[in-house]
Amino acid sequence: MSPLPKQVLPALVAPALALAFATLISALVLLTSGADPLLTFNSMLDFGVRPDQVVNTVNQATTYYLAALAVAVGFRMNLFNIGVDGQYRLAALLAAYLGGAVSLPAPLHIALIFLVAMAVGAAWASIAAVLKVRRGVSEVISTIMLNAIATALGAYLLSTWLSVPVAGSNNIGTKPIGFSGQIPGLPFPGTSNRIFGLVFAAVLVGVGYHVLVSRTRFGFDLRATGLSTPAAVASGVHVRRMVLVTMGISGGIAGLIGMPQLLGSSHSYSLDFPAGLGFAGIGIALLGRNNPIGIAFGSLLFGFLDQSSQILDLEGIPKEIVAIMQATLVLSVVSAYEMVRRIRLRQQQRQVGAGPAAAPPAPGAPPDAGRSGSGGPA
Amino acid sequence: MGENGAGKSTLMKILYGMQKPDEGTIIVNGVPMAFATPAAAISAGIGMVHQHFMLAENLTVLENVVLGSEPRRGIVLARRAARARIEEISASYGLGIRPDALVADLGVGDRQRVEIGKVLFRGARILILDEPTAVLVPQEVDELFANLRELKSEGLTVIFISHKLDEVLKVADAITVIRRGTTVASVKPADVTARDLARLMVGSELPVPGLRESTRTDHTQLTVVGLTALTSDGRPAVDDVSLSVCRGEIVGIAGVEGNGQAELVESVMGMRPAERGRILLDGTDITDWSTRARREAGIAYVPADRQRHGLLLESPLWENRALGHQTRPPNAKGPFIDRAGARRDCERIARTYDVRTPSVDVPASVLSGGNQQKLIVGREMSDGPTVLIAAHPTRGVDVGAQAAIWDQLRAARSAGLAVLLISADLDELIGMSDTLWVLLRGRLVAQVDPGRVTPHELGCAMTGARDGQ
Repeated sequence: MSPLPKQVLPALVAPALALAFATLISALVLLTSGADPLLTFNSMLDFGVRPDQVVNTVNQATTYYLAALAVAVGFRMNLFNIGVDGQYRLAALLAAYLGGAVSLPAPLHIALIFLVAMAVGAAWASIAAVLKVRRGVSEVISTIMLNAIATALGAYLLSTWLSVPVAGSNNIGTKPIGFSGQIPGLPFPGTSNRIFGLVFAAVLVGVGYHVLVSRTRFGFDLRATGLSTPAAVASGVHVRRMVLVTMGISGGIAGLIGMPQLLGSSHSYSLDFPAGLGFAGIGIALLGRNNPIGIAFGSLLFGFLDQSSQILDLEGIPKEIVAIMQATLVLSVVSAYEMVRRIRLRQQQRQVGAGPAAAPPAPGAPPDAGRSGSGGPA
Repeated sequence: MGENGAGKSTLMKILYGMQKPDEGTIIVNGVPMAFATPAAAISAGIGMVHQHFMLAENLTVLENVVLGSEPRRGIVLARRAARARIEEISASYGLGIRPDALVADLGVGDRQRVEIGKVLFRGARILILDEPTAVLVPQEVDELFANLRELKSEGLTVIFISHKLDEVLKVADAITVIRRGTTVASVKPADVTARDLARLMVGSELPVPGLRESTRTDHTQLTVVGLTALTSDGRPAVDDVSLSVCRGEIVGIAGVEGNGQAELVESVMGMRPAERGRILLDGTDITDWSTRARREAGIAYVPADRQRHGLLLESPLWENRALGHQTRPPNAKGPFIDRAGARRDCERIARTYDVRTPSVDVPASVLSGGNQQKLIVGREMSDGPTVLIAAHPTRGVDVGAQAAIWDQLRAARSAGLAVLLISADLDELIGMSDTLWVLLRGRLVAQVDPGRVTPHELGCAMTGARDGQ
């Protein structure tokens, strides 16, 4: 029933080899820039496994995970939501403002913030969806444009209507969300840093993503559209509706990206709210091959690289080396997957060519018709 | 020649350098060769004319012919030299290619000649033609054969792949039959009959399309009234078409490809809006229904292009079992896909319809064309359809699968299925139809008696030669 280990193995070997390849390339870059690769990797590893950095890695991975899922759900139907970045920032800003403006019992308060964030993310993404189904505008172009608009709109709203000065700095931000709208973190031995409470929510979203895409009729339609739009149309999929709904779901998940940070740590949206997570999500979704488990590993890996690279500045090594490593990783993993796919296809072709395991020719009688054929040769 | 999945395509891919052989040798003009790429095969003088034309519609014939091997002067295309070569090739092989015509304006036969010209332009001395007659009407087939004889008399070698026994007998000088990847016979056409060839290919008699007694009832299941549907650029592709299909009846539509068959099918399936007219299913007006609603109401659909419209090539067979039926048992349970149910039922289809596959978990792309088609037919016959729209149900399918599919159509017909059959195979249309219409430029121009009409007469009606419309 389930795939044989023989088929699973290459799926694991491929990313491992790609990781080794990316490391090699990074080592070469380090060598040419005059740094010792072994020393560099060693100090990154030492630093990265310190308890406080482990917590940071997990926290970073939590937001990356949500970002990658938001991208992946569109990828599964060949819908490229490049606008996750703008969607989550706008969503976080408005959710933070509203969360700071009201005071409600804890579950309601949190639920309201979530709802607003998801609705804003979905609404912003829907602009691109409507443009696509009504006017045929490529969602790649429109979502990129909408990112720029979201940045400007967010800055305008924050600087004029939604902000209060942050005490003791030049920063401005929304009014902090009250205690009832905060989600406490989890302690981790050996550090005072806390793991985002919403790490569990991220896991839940991952499970939900898997069920939705791989188990439901909706997910079947979604994947069918991605694999072959003409075949999906012939099978009865309403593609334009699928574009609208899927873009909404993608934007809705994007709305959640800022929540772990907002509810778990900063409690307000200010000028230094993390940016660029949407773009990282694109790379991680590719890295994890749109698979919820794969994306989880990809998020942790990216989070780890981000955190452990902090030490490099102290060693006098440019930490941009990590960006090179991440990019090489994505490229080599994608190529490795493609290679594995082709090898498997060839294996299966050979298997089919070798002849069927079963199925002797049956008399031509479709059981649904319920009677035997009129006796022609079969 | 050989059955689908017999290994013809694989063999040709090896000859053309698209696939590497595991063992054995290829000898061209007495010299052993190994081709790593098609480019290597081309430089050895081997050319391939694919079943599906590979032409850029918005370029001229000249541009298509030179594409990829442009004669150049500096960085500029040497148009005059190219035209001279093309005209020379066209004249010496009687191809009648007009270098300045736009490919989009050409008919199927002309396009095929452009493809042949393209291969000759690259200096091919050995031509591989993959199912070249699949898309042609009888008159065009005769023209093609005349071209092939011309090529032969100029000393070229032609490898002609076909399922149609009589065509192979007519055109070939030597016939090699392969079955399950191995040569079963090499014969001379003079020494064998179509019957012998069929037996060699599948080990059984040549199937004949044909219906026994009429099973037509008076209960009209599908009615199309005054249907007009437009192409994407606003011209009527289907023009005021009215027809009805009763339970237990097969209604055939004959026509040269591109005369509105595809648009008619798409309109009935709800994939193309009806500009005017109505479509009724068992008396209910379904003109405004979605494709999904129509499918759920019992309209089954075997699309003309199985790989584009009928399958998710990268998905496993059991998911393809659910495609088009993903909202209904055994493929769905509430809002969820019933994976176990779909898998089980896919195994049933594979068994009953002789889909040759090691398991239902392999992707559809690894099956041969015939087995893909059997899966689609099996799927569409499942889940209790009342109407079947079958577009070219046996195109590119070997005689064994063809016989099986015809059997299934007959059985379903006698069980009360209403079938709308669109085909380019005139024998199939004549043999399998209770009622036969001719579609020309989007209009039903004639109804012919399938009991009396000959393929040649039907071919004339399809090209408008007889009624002059």
